[in-house]
Amino acid sequence: MAVNPFQHADSASSISGPPSGSDYLADSIFRVIALSCASLIVVLILYILWEIGGLALPAMAQHGLGFVSGTTWNVGSQEFGVLPEIWGTLYSSFLALILGGTFGVGIAIFLTQDFIHARLAAVFRTIVELLAAIPSVVYGLWGIYVVIPMLRPVAEWLHSELGFIPIFGTELSGPGMAPAALVLAIMILPTVAAITVDAFRRIPYKVKEAAYGMGTTRWEAILKVMLPTASSGILAALVLGFGRALGETMALAMLIGNSNQINLSLFAPANTLASLLASSFPEAGQIEVQALMYAAVVLLVITLIVNILGLGIQQYTVRKFEGKA
Amino acid sequence: MSATAEAMAQSILPTAAAFSPVGPTVIDCQLEKVFYGDFLAVRNSNVPIEKGKITGFIGPSGCGKSTVLRSLNRMNDLIPIFRFEGHVKYHGQDVYGKNVDPVVVRRYIGMVFQQPNPFSMSIFDNVAFGLRLNRYKGNLEERVQKALERAALWKEVKDKLQKSGLSLSGGQQQRLCIARAIATEPDVLLMDEPCSALDPIATRQVEQLMLELKERYTVALVTHNMQQATRVADTTAFFGVDISQGGRTGYLVEMGETSRIFEDPQEELTKQYVSGEFS
Repeated sequence: MAVNPFQHADSASSISGPPSGSDYLADSIFRVIALSCASLIVVLILYILWEIGGLALPAMAQHGLGFVSGTTWNVGSQEFGVLPEIWGTLYSSFLALILGGTFGVGIAIFLTQDFIHARLAAVFRTIVELLAAIPSVVYGLWGIYVVIPMLRPVAEWLHSELGFIPIFGTELSGPGMAPAALVLAIMILPTVAAITVDAFRRIPYKVKEAAYGMGTTRWEAILKVMLPTASSGILAALVLGFGRALGETMALAMLIGNSNQINLSLFAPANTLASLLASSFPEAGQIEVQALMYAAVVLLVITLIVNILGLGIQQYTVRKFEGKA
Repeated sequence: MSATAEAMAQSILPTAAAFSPVGPTVIDCQLEKVFYGDFLAVRNSNVPIEKGKITGFIGPSGCGKSTVLRSLNRMNDLIPIFRFEGHVKYHGQDVYGKNVDPVVVRRYIGMVFQQPNPFSMSIFDNVAFGLRLNRYKGNLEERVQKALERAALWKEVKDKLQKSGLSLSGGQQQRLCIARAIATEPDVLLMDEPCSALDPIATRQVEQLMLELKERYTVALVTHNMQQATRVADTTAFFGVDISQGGRTGYLVEMGETSRIFEDPQEELTKQYVSGEFS
């Protein structure tokens, strides 16, 4: 019970009083619950890192940094290197980010800048978010049976006409970078679109008023005022989308071709860390499992670096555009 | 109601005596009726804006003074349910004419808002915004500096032009918005309670600025503060609220030279308002 120095003040109200002991108790309980929820996340991440790191330790000791720069994955000769997978992971995610990011931001502009009625926009937004509910394996099947056959004539034409450009340098072999990146772009689209929509929604009405008050056309208002204002939120959306693309497994394992090579060509098969893990685990022996654990650590580190970099860029734009310390 | 009865009802609604300024008018604004959806927000307001002068709009909350101001540069177009009867003419040209793009109107008739609303970009880019929009070919730095000097902000920001406009204090932000609005030298500047979010010192600076601005521009100023109107406005339009028709409809009660409105009001309502009986 707290000390109440005011209870004997002669004009004090008899209704006012200090919080009861149970009020203070509830306060402390809530604080403890909130604190443990928050720290649980940190503990969980550290625990996962610890466990995977522990399993990867033998492979780490044996292969060292050569694992990251090596280009062969041969169980027979115990040679393990994941450079092609690192390349494939970053390349496919980057392509997906460019495609999915452009479309996601475009959709968000369409939904928030008075192009359609607010109620229709809500329906539209729900449909876009439904894309996130489609299971990864369904995307993979769709990629195999729809996207690859659809891409084939386009890819053949691009290769024969513009084959001198490295990104069109090979023929489409079926599964490969292009179908994988395309499907990946669709998979990150709802994340990017939904968060960007929120970023645009957060812009106060007075900013829109200021833009139109200066005599901007609608496009000038959107491109020169709304986009910079929403930029930190849009960056957050892109970072999250990129993070999701880095870790996406099933659809990529089905579409990327699982080929251990580094190739700029969009039509060549490739591999990613996540799909390497998924496709190699079922038949891996003890030595290979250790190498796969090492690959998992590499993937975790890449994801971590990307997120930290993204956060850094976002903080920078917040400071630069919004002037917050 | 028959046509004659309606006409009679119309005729007994209080309306202001017509005011015509001595000098040339820049904007001839005759709003018969302004609606938001079915709601009659303003009626019978004939507010001429005189060139090179400050025209103050005063009146209690909900009297439609902001609505009238915003219809001058078609800011009300942002509200889809806005419509009106009457006309607004700028230099004799119908602002709401069929072939007139509101964007063009707003480039000649600039606006400063109640809440400071700088863009989330650098101080320099904020002021240069309108110049770039109009594809200004001259010396951008010079223009930006001049606008900031006129807005009495230059000394405070000259060493941090690349900092975000949002890093400034509220009063500085409002002066930045004024600099942004005057950088393109618009013919008319509309100010919608520009000092309501400012402290007394910043208010004084902005008022000083308004007096300097009228040397070059025409200013229309909405203010909730009667003293401000007496300090800066040459002409004052007093708006009242008419609750006789069921809703709260604003209308022009009286308009005239500021000193006349405050010292010798002709209408009872004006007299009560300027003597501080209601606000």
